[in-house]
Amino acid sequence: MWRDALVVAAKDLRIEGRAKVALNQVIPYSLVVLLLFGFAFDQDRPLLVQAAPGLFWLAVLFSGLLAVQRSFAIETADGAVDNLRMSALEPAGVFLGKAAAVALELLVLEALLAGGIVVLFHSKLAGAGLLIASALLSTAGVAASGVAYGALSMGLRVRETLLPLLLAPVLAPVVLAATEAWRAAFGLSGGGSSSEGWRWLGLLACFAAIYLAGGVLSFGALMEET
Amino acid sequence: MRNPVAPSSSRLTRVLGWSALATLALNTWWGLWLSPPDVVQGQFVRMLYVHPAVATMCYAGFGICALASIAWLWPRLRSPRWDRMAVAGAEVGAVFCLATLVTGSIWGRASWGVWWTWDARLTLTAILFALSLGYLALRRAIDNPHSRALASSMVALLMALTVVVDHYATSWWNTLHQGTTLLQPDPTIHGWQLATMLLSFLAFGLVFAWMLIHRYRLEVLEERYDQEGFSMALEARRAEATGPEATAGSVAPGEVARPPVEVHIR
Repeated sequence: MWRDALVVAAKDLRIEGRAKVALNQVIPYSLVVLLLFGFAFDQDRPLLVQAAPGLFWLAVLFSGLLAVQRSFAIETADGAVDNLRMSALEPAGVFLGKAAAVALELLVLEALLAGGIVVLFHSKLAGAGLLIASALLSTAGVAASGVAYGALSMGLRVRETLLPLLLAPVLAPVVLAATEAWRAAFGLSGGGSSSEGWRWLGLLACFAAIYLAGGVLSFGALMEET
Repeated sequence: MRNPVAPSSSRLTRVLGWSALATLALNTWWGLWLSPPDVVQGQFVRMLYVHPAVATMCYAGFGICALASIAWLWPRLRSPRWDRMAVAGAEVGAVFCLATLVTGSIWGRASWGVWWTWDARLTLTAILFALSLGYLALRRAIDNPHSRALASSMVALLMALTVVVDHYATSWWNTLHQGTTLLQPDPTIHGWQLATMLLSFLAFGLVFAWMLIHRYRLEVLEERYDQEGFSMALEARRAEATGPEATAGSVAPGEVARPPVEVHIR
């Protein structure tokens, strides 16, 4: 399973390396989203500093949707998914590989977006341990649930509009918990202590674990059907 | 040939529908006139005779959807029946979920002074409603019955998880929304208030059952239409071509001849 996951992740990342869709389209889009948030808050600096963690994770959510769409667009084009089905790769491995590729792309995007909120919203990044731990856990959760729902809606005519509707409410807890963790790390939450932030990591870890397990168990059936 | 263009009602649903209407009327009478205003909440307590019952029916709908989905996923139990039951539960649950949000919002405006507050219970219910819309959209998007049942049953399990968290939200988090009224060792409600509240559960339970059965039968009729609709239309065209006297009744030009209505609900 792990070897298959590596193969699939390497394949997806190689396609990205050649097509550069995430690099040339998704990343610029997420930076534009940050700019738009700035306009929406009328460049009110104190307000932007307060809201920066939430805006950051919203931008990640929007870009994550695009990354997942892209991850399945490369499978549906030219019936590539049939080859994937007929290959002897384990479905659980395919799931983990695709999720890993999406997660890696999102981590790069998050690093750039973090730079974005520092420059545009004057956020001061602090609490590196909490920041990185919550980013890793929420990225795992977003990638796992995204790939599971991406497979669910893969073969459908309306997948471009259906996936955001399915995924956005599912990801709401991740956006909430990650935002709270980052607020605690930045010292913006009421309590002021970062121990409050670490508690939100439990929720993020649960979410990631549930979707990783669910995806590993159900991906075979989903691939057969859609 | 069985006609897919058939009503989804039967004697059972007619009895159920009329008794639902009667209990709703009785509930309105008891709730607005017989039960006294509350010591703390005053007249606003009358929302107690609508909102909790509606919210419970919302949970019941999603609960039925989840149980039916599990039954469908279980290889030994698998039958299209469970899938129909799941969609009926989810759709009726979604209607009651919206009603819960609306009645809760009205009650919130009356007792908290705001239409909406970012409380764990309220937020989770809103997410639940969004999930149910996603579930229904997913079902509409998939044509193959087997794939549809498989994909939607997975989403249904997630909705069930949200229902459980939503139910315990008032005890797990410090919420503005009040906790349990009835299901506690020493309920803080008595007399006419208790009686009216219990009646509201009966009234909305009857409405729920009535809607659920109709929705289930509608699904049966839809499936039948998918299977037989084309050949029926073909037959009607043929009958039209051979002239009006060849068909059973007199049919105006352009109108489709229909065989006599005959209902077989499986």
